[in-house]
Amino acid sequence: MNPLRNHKSYLAAIGHRVSGIALALFLPFHFLLLGSALEGAQGLDRFLVYTDLTPVKVAEWGLVMMLSVHLFFGIRVLFLEFTRWPGHVNDLAGWVVPCSIAVLFVGTVFLIQVL
Amino acid sequence: MNKIQRETQELTVRIWRGKEDGKLVTYQVMSRENQTILDIITEIQRFHEPSLAYRFSCRVGVCGSCAMTVNGRPRWTCRTHVKKVSDEGILTIEPLRNLPRIKDLVCDLAPFIDTWQRAGAPFSGTKTRKDAPALVDPNSSTRRAAEAGLQCINCAVCYSACDVVNWNRNYIGPAGLNRAWTLVNDVRHSNRKQTFDQAFGKGGCGSCHSHGNCTRHCPIELNPSESIAGLKQIAFKGLPKDV
Ligand code: HEM
Ligand code: SF4
Ligand code: SF4
Ligand code: FES
Repeated sequence: MNPLRNHKSYLAAIGHRVSGIALALFLPFHFLLLGSALEGAQGLDRFLVYTDLTPVKVAEWGLVMMLSVHLFFGIRVLFLEFTRWPGHVNDLAGWVVPCSIAVLFVGTVFLIQVL
Repeated sequence: MNKIQRETQELTVRIWRGKEDGKLVTYQVMSRENQTILDIITEIQRFHEPSLAYRFSCRVGVCGSCAMTVNGRPRWTCRTHVKKVSDEGILTIEPLRNLPRIKDLVCDLAPFIDTWQRAGAPFSGTKTRKDAPALVDPNSSTRRAAEAGLQCINCAVCYSACDVVNWNRNYIGPAGLNRAWTLVNDVRHSNRKQTFDQAFGKGGCGSCHSHGNCTRHCPIELNPSESIAGLKQIAFKGLPKDV
């Protein structure tokens, strides 16, 4: 692997970008669906039947993971850019692992709730 | 390992020859106790390949002219010891990334130098030669902020390390923006607002994703990434005030 990209901050940035794009693709459908509830319960209910299917649950879990990846790594970038203390570029690279743990935690809680 | 053994060991050095469409050529040189990458290249040019083109000047880490890509990372070659970077006796030496290649290890630095202008770099003073020199309080926050970025040797290592520059050549890049940060903190500079506007404009600090490769590679341990974050903050807080 290109040594310039073989570090935690790069992985965090790629994860953040991929999750951001995934959210941008997904959210319009999400809002479309929520919007359908405004036109009566039937439309939404027809979809909610599908949420019991395992593949749909897995996909939902994926999206929750994407949202939490984007949230935690986004907060990390905001800290990086809006706070400063000596040596903090490397310290914030150290945040990548705790952020990943937080993402896994959210993911696990979601799985336990849904399954 | 005793000294004799070390002297008889060989290094395999692969060097980029040609322009964009060149290739890596392999040379064998003796491994010595104390050797920099620049020593190796000089040895190859003197004894193996007189037509090898490369740049250097001071040999002691002051001029910033000897930067190259060594085993995938940009480095100042005159102060990079072989022992620190060789990968089991193998060295791959190429010109800097993100810049047009001229010949062998020499690349065209013009696009990099241009970024300094594009970042709003020209200093413009407020005094004439008849005035007394400006007094700058060394402990003021602006002076300390500028101080942290002032020693740049213009080596283009950060420019070459930056992935955003790699993706988008219109991005000013770390060194130019670091320079802009020192200027917006220079109380003698009359165009601080214009400098910021340029550094914040198209291809400016907003394109930086804070990957930190610039800071990780700067040979004299400047922190362009932090300077760029400082510029971004100006959009919220206004120009730095002297405190
Ligand atoms: C949960 C709260 C959110 C936070 C804290 C957040 C934070 C951020 C930050 C700080 C950036 C800039 C990253 C950089 O400079 O590298 C960013 C980029 C981005 N965000 Fe978000 N964001 C959030 C929600 C969203 C949502 C809901 C979407 C989807 C519509 C989204 C899509 C994107 C995309 C596509 C990028 C560009 C990524 C890139 O260029 O690498 N974000 N976000
Ligand atoms: S922190 Fe910004 S300027 Fe520095 S290498 Fe990363 S993207 Fe480039
Ligand atoms: S900031 Fe550091 S790496 Fe970049 S040009 Fe200046 S000295 Fe070189
Ligand atoms: S030759 Fe001057 S910095 Fe390396």
